[in-house]
Amino acid sequence: MSTTTRTTHPTHPTPAHDAGAGTARRTTSAGRMAALARAEVTLLIRNRTALFTALGMPPVMIVSARTTLDRAGIPAETGLSTAEVLLTGGIVTVLALVVYTTLVAAYVSRREELVLKRLRTGEVRDPEILGATALPAVVIALLQILLLVALGTALWDGQLPERPDLMLAGVALGTVMTAALAAATAAVTRTVESAQVTALPLLVVAFAGSGIAVPLEVFPSGVADVLRVLPLAPIVDLVRGGWVGGLDSAGTLRALGTALAWTVVSVLAVRRWFRWEPRG
Amino acid sequence: MTDTAISASGLWRRYGPTGDAGFDAVRGLDLEVGQGELFALLGTNGAGKTSTLEVLEGLAQATRGTVRVLGKDPYAERAAVRPRIGIMLQEGGFPSDLTAEETARMWAGCTSGARPVREALETVGLAERAHVRVGQLSGGERRRLDLALALLGRPQVLFLDEPTTGMDAEARRATWQVVRDLLGQGTTVLLTTHYLEEAEALADRLAIMHKGRIAVSGTPKSVTAQGPSHIRFRLPEDIARWQLPAALGARGVGDDVRIETYDLQGALTGLLLWARDHRVQLTGLDARTASLEEAFLAIAGDSRYDDAAAEVAAR
Repeated sequence: MSTTTRTTHPTHPTPAHDAGAGTARRTTSAGRMAALARAEVTLLIRNRTALFTALGMPPVMIVSARTTLDRAGIPAETGLSTAEVLLTGGIVTVLALVVYTTLVAAYVSRREELVLKRLRTGEVRDPEILGATALPAVVIALLQILLLVALGTALWDGQLPERPDLMLAGVALGTVMTAALAAATAAVTRTVESAQVTALPLLVVAFAGSGIAVPLEVFPSGVADVLRVLPLAPIVDLVRGGWVGGLDSAGTLRALGTALAWTVVSVLAVRRWFRWEPRG
Repeated sequence: MTDTAISASGLWRRYGPTGDAGFDAVRGLDLEVGQGELFALLGTNGAGKTSTLEVLEGLAQATRGTVRVLGKDPYAERAAVRPRIGIMLQEGGFPSDLTAEETARMWAGCTSGARPVREALETVGLAERAHVRVGQLSGGERRRLDLALALLGRPQVLFLDEPTTGMDAEARRATWQVVRDLLGQGTTVLLTTHYLEEAEALADRLAIMHKGRIAVSGTPKSVTAQGPSHIRFRLPEDIARWQLPAALGARGVGDDVRIETYDLQGALTGLLLWARDHRVQLTGLDARTASLEEAFLAIAGDSRYDDAAAEVAAR
């Protein structure tokens, strides 16, 4: 607390207001988002918890999944190797941990600190605020995904993904979906601390029932059909099918349709329920 | 004739559903602020000041009525209006892990024609605190940072919602000077405040809101004149209260006499003539002319203004 700061007010030669439309140097959407994203990167670097979730958690999860898989073994009928399950599942793990978990906390924290409320008084538009806040986490996630692909390519004698277009669609839809689900989860989260609880259901669903670690083929077909409708399951299908193949056209359409539906639903949920200020 | 910078006519703002479950925070408010003018909006908590301000700023939509800021609808045409106005909320925040300068830089990137960040921080006296994180700033310093951001785009119209709350006396005076400098440069300012002296010191015109309507408005002088004046003295033991001229309407307890009047000179003359005629010594005689505070309290505690509002509502 410093009240000793000198409060002098040097007069600056301030140009008179341009009485006209004020068209001088209007901000652009890209410029505004860059300014916000830059601040967001600074905040991420200074927040150890968020930084660990984003950088440290994915390797930990992937390594621990490997131990589990080694012990349990992957049923032969899936036709997948341990590495194939790990690396493709790893991509969705990265989306769930880096994009989803980091962003639930970020949105809640910006809202509770009244940052969102203040930002909305300026020229920035709502989607720009949400997008810029997500940007650093998304970039980190995409870099980690690239790293996983590079690792797989090296591991499998330079064999490139079978259908890169499907993988790309999966990652793109997965990114938008997890970011939007994070914003929607933030709507029902009161504090940054409680974000650890409210984010849990989706994470549990993702890891246990989306085929990240355990391919859905392992489940009885009725159960598998239900699990396939969960948010991250089609992303796993698209990424795995795109990388190692084995996804027929019906499966592709179904995965794309489900992923798109979840993405649209989560974006609509944000538009409908996202709160920009703490509950009064 | 000056051009109008801000205008509202028949402005209503309702929260919640129709019927008893809802609440009309603003009930048919008319307002006009000329360019380069400082207009202060006063009122008790819940009078509807912030609700009004949010509509004028374009943060919320009016339930009814028209609002124009620089000739445009601040809500429907926000993209055109926002670059030309500056807003300081009563309660707005910044990430606590960013420094003051980083915060201002972020805001500058989102502001058309932003002035240099350093200059803005210097204007509010925060240059020496530029590298301190927002979380470590005092409440008053945070308010000053907020003000710096509101000024960043050299706004033509500035909305200040209780700008000096939480500031110490020195910072408050310094902030007044910042506002005066802005007025000197032709900026229009709409201010709400809890400090009546602040309104008296800065405002060209002011309005006192009560229950969603403007109860009184005018120059500080004319509004002040609408409040009662006060006379106070102690009555000697040998004089009973009933012996005082009835016209004075004396109140108070025991020997402490208080008179409330809208004609200070007349009441005082009557009192002093009576005292001379009866050879009464009025100890502790104190006469004070109407103040803005008196006008304010008179409105806040006067049901007449409630009736006036209800009348309009029924029409």
